[in-house]
Amino acid sequence: MSTVKHAAPAPVATPPVREARRSGPRDPAKRAQAVAGWILASPFVVVFLVFTAGPVLASLGMSFTDIRSTDMRSPFAVAFVGVSNYADLLQDPVFRKVTVNTLLYLVLGVPLTMAVAMLVAVGLNSISRFRGFFRVAFYLPVVTSIVAVSVVWKYIYREEGGLLNAVLGWVGIDGPGWLDSTSLALPSLVVMAVWRNFGTLMIIFLAGLQTVPREHLEAAEVDGASAWGRFRHITLPAMRPVLLFGAVITGIGYLQFFEEAFVMTKGGPLDATRSVTFYTYDQFSFGNYGYAAAASYLLFLAIVVLTAIQFRLLRERD
Amino acid sequence: MQDQVRTPRWLYAVLAGGLVLVVIPFVWMLVSSIKPEAEVRAVPPTWLPQTVTADNYDTLFTKLDFPTYFLNSVIVALAITVGNVVFCSMLGYALAKLEFPGKRVLFVLVLGTLMVPGVVTFVPLFVLTTNLGLTNTLPGMILPFLAGPFGVFLIRQYVLGLPDELIQAARVDGAGELTIFARVIMPLCGPALATLGVLTFLTSWNNFLWPLVVATSEDKYTLPVALALYAVGQNATQYGLLLAGSVVVVVPVLLVFLLLQRYVVQGIAMTGIK
Repeated sequence: MSTVKHAAPAPVATPPVREARRSGPRDPAKRAQAVAGWILASPFVVVFLVFTAGPVLASLGMSFTDIRSTDMRSPFAVAFVGVSNYADLLQDPVFRKVTVNTLLYLVLGVPLTMAVAMLVAVGLNSISRFRGFFRVAFYLPVVTSIVAVSVVWKYIYREEGGLLNAVLGWVGIDGPGWLDSTSLALPSLVVMAVWRNFGTLMIIFLAGLQTVPREHLEAAEVDGASAWGRFRHITLPAMRPVLLFGAVITGIGYLQFFEEAFVMTKGGPLDATRSVTFYTYDQFSFGNYGYAAAASYLLFLAIVVLTAIQFRLLRERD
Repeated sequence: MQDQVRTPRWLYAVLAGGLVLVVIPFVWMLVSSIKPEAEVRAVPPTWLPQTVTADNYDTLFTKLDFPTYFLNSVIVALAITVGNVVFCSMLGYALAKLEFPGKRVLFVLVLGTLMVPGVVTFVPLFVLTTNLGLTNTLPGMILPFLAGPFGVFLIRQYVLGLPDELIQAARVDGAGELTIFARVIMPLCGPALATLGVLTFLTSWNNFLWPLVVATSEDKYTLPVALALYAVGQNATQYGLLLAGSVVVVVPVLLVFLLLQRYVVQGIAMTGIK
């Protein structure tokens, strides 16, 4: 499928050439290549082993122990506790609450972000002038610090004197304190996150839209298909891989929701906006390292499962 | 390229409306940051500042330690950017053009690492940095991010597009493998390196969780850490000050982005990842 070329990493893009095997390592030219290859790879490999692979395994190991901040310099005081951290997590009402919240971030955030990104991308794909200008402008929020824009949106969402309620006042609506309500705070954070995040998908979708075969669209138009019909039956199926890829990267992002809640609501009111990442950070701050590691591993598992399901879907039709 | 006649006017109007929604928070941030504190809290809000003041910025840079946070942010983001440009292009080239044992495994690892979220590694990473004596240091913030999978993937994609003949010709001329990388390939990678540099800088500048964990004293805060901790701490209600702080965090990256935006858009179209 050519549509995927521009958007998705293609793990099987280059089947390795087997010539090296055939001529054997004794061949000085091949040998020089092998040596150079490993020299060039070594800095990345060192950083990867020490700061990613090591910690990923260590995190798993720690999640089966009772390690706390006080144990850091005396690793032998740490006891193996089996799966009790995981068992405790599943019993913990706060962890259940943050899991539900995180799933809400996922199921509200992903479709909304994708819908907004697709609307804007289709709009941009249909105009002939100022496309570059609009594309840059709509992308602006993506490059900004989540912490900084969270401060701004917290100010906008205030009950008294907030920009949003002032504007709603024009049409006679007496707006609530958006971040003070247990039912409104989470959706309010999602709205801000959609504003912050849709730009990336917009650019990916725009690139995808430009690979939809024009002949097909024109043929359908000649046959009398409506604009919606063409979009539904030609554009969307052609963009399937791009859409799935977009869903994966957006979903991974929403599963790690944290900074917005940290700054805007401190996880409240009454844990209404606390996420799994936030909970992990909290447990880490309390010094419960083993417990925090277990919570983070459950999140990791969710991310891996989500990605696997979506790649599976991606592959089914190819 | 497109059919000019058929672009409807109303579509421009809708897009312009969307543009206003996207830009308003930034405008509101700038406008409010130059109001005095009392006016920032006025109900109803004033649309234009009745009194224009630089007090908020003055407080940030003279009473609070924003010069230090700014410097920390610059050092950390630049170091991570240089590291990624150098190390990722090395591996990216090797994966694209060289044959060596273990290459396939490495590529799978790079792709797998793209999926590992920071929240999974930060607890053991904190134990590691503590044992290395790097907690509350800038190197402690920089080292874990020196070579990321995104850069490797981006450079590999770009180098795959360069012709093999270039490399073979250089080999025939007797150039060593590392010389070919440094003298033949790298000079051709300008646009990809620029993309990688810009994207890495933007990401690192905004990075939050790890600097928050590593920086334990104020003199090591980066801008986002300082702003977030002020926003939830005793300054939580000083909106004028916090909004000015947001301007200080946001404006440098907006400038970098606007100046170099074509590389960003290219990079996203090339790899599909930000």
